[in-house]
Amino acid sequence: MLDVRGLKKVYEGSGRRVEAVRDLTFTVDAGELVCLVGPSGCGKTTLLRCMGGLLTPTSGEVLLGGRPVTGPPPGMAFVFQEYGRSLFPWMRVRDNVELPLKQKKLSPSRRRELVADALESVGLTDAAGAYPWQLSGGMQQRVAIARALAYEPDVLLMDEPFAAVDAQTRADLEDLVRGLWQQRGITILFVTHDIDEAVYLGERVLILSTSPTVVQEQLKVDLPAERDQLHTRVAPRFAELRTHVYEQIQAAKRGRVPGGLEETKDVQDAQVVKADTPPTP
Amino acid sequence: MKTLALRLFFVLALPLLLVIAWWFASDSSTDVYWPPLRTILTTFPDVWTGERLRDDVLPSLLRLLAGYTAAAVVGVALGTVIGSYRRVRAVCEPVLEFLRAVPPPVLVPVIMLFAGIGDTMKIAVIASGCVWPILLNTVEGVRAVDSVMSETARSYGITGSARLRHVVLRSASPQIFAGLRQALSIGIILMVISEMFAASNGLGFTIVQFQRSFAIPDMWTGILLLGLLGFILSVLFRLLERRALGWYHGLRDTSRRSS
Repeated sequence: MLDVRGLKKVYEGSGRRVEAVRDLTFTVDAGELVCLVGPSGCGKTTLLRCMGGLLTPTSGEVLLGGRPVTGPPPGMAFVFQEYGRSLFPWMRVRDNVELPLKQKKLSPSRRRELVADALESVGLTDAAGAYPWQLSGGMQQRVAIARALAYEPDVLLMDEPFAAVDAQTRADLEDLVRGLWQQRGITILFVTHDIDEAVYLGERVLILSTSPTVVQEQLKVDLPAERDQLHTRVAPRFAELRTHVYEQIQAAKRGRVPGGLEETKDVQDAQVVKADTPPTP
Repeated sequence: MKTLALRLFFVLALPLLLVIAWWFASDSSTDVYWPPLRTILTTFPDVWTGERLRDDVLPSLLRLLAGYTAAAVVGVALGTVIGSYRRVRAVCEPVLEFLRAVPPPVLVPVIMLFAGIGDTMKIAVIASGCVWPILLNTVEGVRAVDSVMSETARSYGITGSARLRHVVLRSASPQIFAGLRQALSIGIILMVISEMFAASNGLGFTIVQFQRSFAIPDMWTGILLLGLLGFILSVLFRLLERRALGWYHGLRDTSRRSS
């Protein structure tokens, strides 16, 4: 569904040359929920913006359903971290969700249907007439999710969407995303810096190295499909996986792949799909 | 009900006090140029009859409306273009700063050369003065559109005229309105000034006529009327702004409460 091949992004400006992403190759299958984790400042956001067609990569390409992404594709929706700056404060919740649909030239009745359905899925039917700034942070991010859902995307890109909400709201939103993913069969690429969140949500976790970014490791999360905050997070398997991801990220910060640490040996043997791209020495 | 009465009291207290002070200070005045307020107020209905309102006040207001509207359209349109493109801005900015610094009244003689002494001249004078605050504020507002909002719009395919209408202009509207508000008071000033130079009717013309014919109380009534007019226009503007920027005031109150 989503193919990233040899992606490289170099920012050049005022005599400085910053290589944000060096060489990224990975694929996301249709209907998969993949989490991207990495140390802070590792170019996650750059990667996601390249994938969403908001930035042009320096080299390499992104394919959506086999077709190269050159601008924001209609089959892709974005949920940004900064919900307060991503929703339009001059529009009511309903209109915020509806505006992208008007651009898609859908009929008014179809638009109303999609808006009502999306708001219901995120539990905000009653807030349709409110302005975004009248809602709490978590509710605002729900509106942003509803807007993405109503857009009927094949792929949903989420850029650290819950980094700015409190822990309890965050747990609710995580369950919401997993629920929506299971119901609707959308392909989701979820970027986060929170290791627990990545393991809890993802079917697969991609661990990125520090900038210049490469894929450090790909890890399949073999937790049961039905997850809940209470039990999943205390399951021994969850602890193993998160420990492993944590170690990988620590290793990424030091700039190397750890060589078969005792605690994670079985995890590595059983689960680790080797990264397509070898980390830089 | 009680709070409404209290608010009304606060709004009216100072104006009333000033009028009373004026009333008593001028009460025993025998100075020709400084007539008692009582005389001015009794003259008022005699001077501003229906006929005068139609022949002098209405033309003035229509010219103000025409000039102001032209300035708003040109200012917002040009400001949007200049604000959207960095290159255009770099080219235009020095020129804009210069043109803005030229006091609009000095343009009256110049514009008279080109546009004659008719309505066109007066409308042109009003528009040429009003356009700057609107233009410069629009440039700032358009330039300051939030980067996340722009990216959101782009990623959801909101481009072209829809982006302009639903995102850029709405996001810049608080600044545009600030410009429009400044322009309104400039417009009233220029309306009067343009009529003082060369005119056969209008408020400014009438006031100058009264002064030249030593109809001093009549002149004072004209000044009072101008003040009232400015006040009414600003109230109307505030009502319009409240409607258009309701979201902005709400947003600001919310973020102020939470910080």
